[in-house]
Amino acid sequence: MSADTHGHGHDAGHGHHDAHDHHGGAAHGSRREYWIGFILSVLLTAPAFGLVMTGVISDPRVTAGIVMALAMVQIFVHMIYFLHMNTKSENGWTMLALIFTAIIVLIVIAGSLWVMYHMNLNMMPGMGGEMSSGGM
Amino acid sequence: MSTTTQTAPGTAAPSYYDLDEHEHPPGASTMLGFWLYLMSDCLIFAMLFAAYGVYGGSYAGGPGPKELFELPLVAVNTTALLLSSITYGFAMINADEQNKAATLRWLAITGVFGAAFLSIELYEFSNLIHEGAGPWRSAFLSSFFTLVGTHGLHVTFGIIWLVTLMVQVARRGLEPANLRRLQCLSLFWHFLDVIWIGVFTFVYLLGVLR
Repeated sequence: MSADTHGHGHDAGHGHHDAHDHHGGAAHGSRREYWIGFILSVLLTAPAFGLVMTGVISDPRVTAGIVMALAMVQIFVHMIYFLHMNTKSENGWTMLALIFTAIIVLIVIAGSLWVMYHMNLNMMPGMGGEMSSGGM
Repeated sequence: MSTTTQTAPGTAAPSYYDLDEHEHPPGASTMLGFWLYLMSDCLIFAMLFAAYGVYGGSYAGGPGPKELFELPLVAVNTTALLLSSITYGFAMINADEQNKAATLRWLAITGVFGAAFLSIELYEFSNLIHEGAGPWRSAFLSSFFTLVGTHGLHVTFGIIWLVTLMVQVARRGLEPANLRRLQCLSLFWHFLDVIWIGVFTFVYLLGVLR
């Protein structure tokens, strides 16, 4: 994934002697990398919009699944080609922070949906008319 | 900004603590620090996404996503933001090559795309409010305006930052400090594009499918 981003010159694990601009969590990309990222993004975004706008697939749940899968892939594409994430920059601390954040994000979003969905189901009649009318 | 711990007046740092703290050039930890800020920003958006996920179906008898969202407009918006991402990349490459004129040119193009994104979004918001679908109409619209508005606010500050940096680069050139600032904004700008993937997928596309 990051074969052609410049190595960070951290020879023995903590060599801070190299030039200032080689410290960044943002490894430098090449034009080629940006183009690959851009073309992949277009290839992932256009079908998502196309599927929803044309409604080719009759079952909206299948469409939703495909659209979400495309989005997940595109987030990874952006991480790798635009944000230049790799396991080596800052001795791996950026990756560790990212993984930690991803876990928290997952807990917050999945947990909220799960808890609130069941709360709506168990709401006494008349208390949450608006909430339950929408459905999830 | 650079060193985190050593502010002892005598500078006699304890020997157990100065393994690699000595040779910090200025700004050595800026990129990691900025990355941590972005991750905390990510948590803010996670909260807003969760709120939208919970309230996204509570229309209070008002209009829903199907009647309100115009996908062609969102597609144009997405294109503008994606193009601004790659043009910022070109600005960064030219900055690394110490090509000041090209850097400024690409930054300006990025700013134009960012401004286009913002104006389309404001146009969409004003349309919604004119239709009586403002944030006060239902929990769905409250959470929609909060989530998309927060993203738009980030883009606004990104553009302000971008213009500031263009002035800095024009005046002082592509010196190390300015390169570092450009790198921070690069992370910020691409990060906003990642958030937008979540917005157009979960808010707009899935909202219309709902």
